[in-house]
Amino acid sequence: MSKLENLSPNQRAWRRFRRNRPAAAASIFLLLLVGIVLLWPALGRPALAPRLPEAVTYSPDALSDAQFAPPSFQHWFGTDVHGRDLLSRVCYGARISLLVGLVGAAVSLVIGVLWGAIAGYCGGRWDGVMMRFVDVLYAMPSIIFVIVLITALNAVLGKMQEGAKGLSAENVRLMQLAGLFAGLGAVSWLTMARIVRGQVLSLRHRAFVEASRVLGATHARIILRHILPNVYGVIIVYLTLTIPSIILYESFLSYLGLGIQPPQASLGSLIASGAEQINSIRIYWWLIVYPGAALAFTLLALNFVGDGLRDAWDPRSERKG
Amino acid sequence: MYFLKRILFMAPLLLLISFLAFILVRVTPGGPFDRERKPASPEIERNLRAKFHLDEPMAKQYWRYLNGVLHGDFGPSLKYRNHSVTDIIVQGLPISLSLGGLAFCFALGTGIPLGFLTAVHKGAWQDYLGSFVALGVICIPGLVIGPIFVMLFAIKMHWFPVALWGSPWHAILPVLTLGLYFSGRVARLMHEGMLAILHAEFITTARSKGLSEIAVLLKHAFRIAVLPVLSYSGPMLADLLTGSFIVENLFQLPGIGVFMVNSSLNRDYTMVVGLVLLYAILLLALNLAVDFLFTMLDPRVRYE
Repeated sequence: MSKLENLSPNQRAWRRFRRNRPAAAASIFLLLLVGIVLLWPALGRPALAPRLPEAVTYSPDALSDAQFAPPSFQHWFGTDVHGRDLLSRVCYGARISLLVGLVGAAVSLVIGVLWGAIAGYCGGRWDGVMMRFVDVLYAMPSIIFVIVLITALNAVLGKMQEGAKGLSAENVRLMQLAGLFAGLGAVSWLTMARIVRGQVLSLRHRAFVEASRVLGATHARIILRHILPNVYGVIIVYLTLTIPSIILYESFLSYLGLGIQPPQASLGSLIASGAEQINSIRIYWWLIVYPGAALAFTLLALNFVGDGLRDAWDPRSERKG
Repeated sequence: MYFLKRILFMAPLLLLISFLAFILVRVTPGGPFDRERKPASPEIERNLRAKFHLDEPMAKQYWRYLNGVLHGDFGPSLKYRNHSVTDIIVQGLPISLSLGGLAFCFALGTGIPLGFLTAVHKGAWQDYLGSFVALGVICIPGLVIGPIFVMLFAIKMHWFPVALWGSPWHAILPVLTLGLYFSGRVARLMHEGMLAILHAEFITTARSKGLSEIAVLLKHAFRIAVLPVLSYSGPMLADLLTGSFIVENLFQLPGIGVFMVNSSLNRDYTMVVGLVLLYAILLLALNLAVDFLFTMLDPRVRYE
């Protein structure tokens, strides 16, 4: 017991997190998933390929004549409309989806934390104006924002491509991806801003902040060095819960045809192209079930980790720890 | 008095929202007539713009639009030019309303009992199973479960119609697709609400009075534990009632969720602003209703 007393709050939270079995299992699953999707491209290399089962060596872009092949020993997840191996496409799509989730969440983190911290720190009239702005954005359907942002960016990129300088197709694709990140982050920061603002508001008149102010620290230094480190726990918890919601949002945009553009693929765009193939004559269930399961398990694991972190950092769970 | 003030405050908020939406769609590149059959001569486009007053200064356009809205006229749709925005909303809204309303009832009807039972059986297998189901349906998005429902229950089993709207049979798959996610969210909120309340002092008092466990749980704990669900109900209902693109697209239902997406893709300016306003009015009104219900359910809540 006495040993427990000496631990810092973060260490105690970490200990509680490791004891939470579903959350620990979910973190291992996520680590494995990240490992698989990162190592996947290497499996097709000539040095490795002959020693591995053929099913794991396909390239996600290699076309073949085996269209709509059901799952088999050769193609574990079957093939799609162009005869591409679905297992490799799911791995590729999961990589993009995770990337989108991470970067989108990072964008929303930066905007939300800065907005909330500044509003909470300044207080008074600025706080009122900034938070009313958040209220107004809350009352608008975010999907319209995202669509307008992304189509606007695509229009600008199209003009630049036609223009005298002429961007290469590769650059345009990168910029589109960046636009997608920005768009997703830009509509997901509202709740983060509210949470951070509430926390900062309760911290800004504490003695250590006043002391730092008396010593002549600048406002930026007080916010970044003294206030935000005290909010890290809450931020991390909410961040883990933002990643799945951004992955979900991206899959919805891909369903609309606004997300990841072919030949690139995300889990959402794989599901969307599977849904296009629904007809009453033949059922290509594997086109939806496998990417859908990959998406669902990823979201499930992220949610478990988020819940575990929240329970670990929640002061009310102190007694149980 | 407090609620009167809130209602009065809604007017400037809606004004601000309409202004933001108006500016946002206008400043984005592209226009509503870009996808006309080409080649549209410059004269035709100029005449079209003149007909819909798009050639006037922005401030004047906004003023004209606002005037129309105050008289109940949301302007003509720039894409479906034989229809006014009001027409389209009046046609599509009943379908989105009934679909969303049913999904709302489904979410509350399944989510509340599930969250209640998992909290009461905290730590037992009912808790683990139920909580896993609740988290599971949150993580299976509609765009996955919808196509699977269609393939399995409509195409393979022939239990339900594949698409369209009409009989109660048509409603089941869309309502499930739309409602399952929210049912999981409600269950989790209810679960946490119950857990937070079960150790409150007034529950101990109720128990020590010798009330039966069922009476304690249902009469005393429930009405406070359901409050988080209630405050989530406002935004949830606003989302559900304004339609879902995925469900309406998948089951070919002519609701307004499809318009919400298509109008912003087509730069149908009047339609976008009209739908944004509709959503905002619904959300603000529902949040107000939720806050009002709070005062009824929880005597400790007072607004001044």
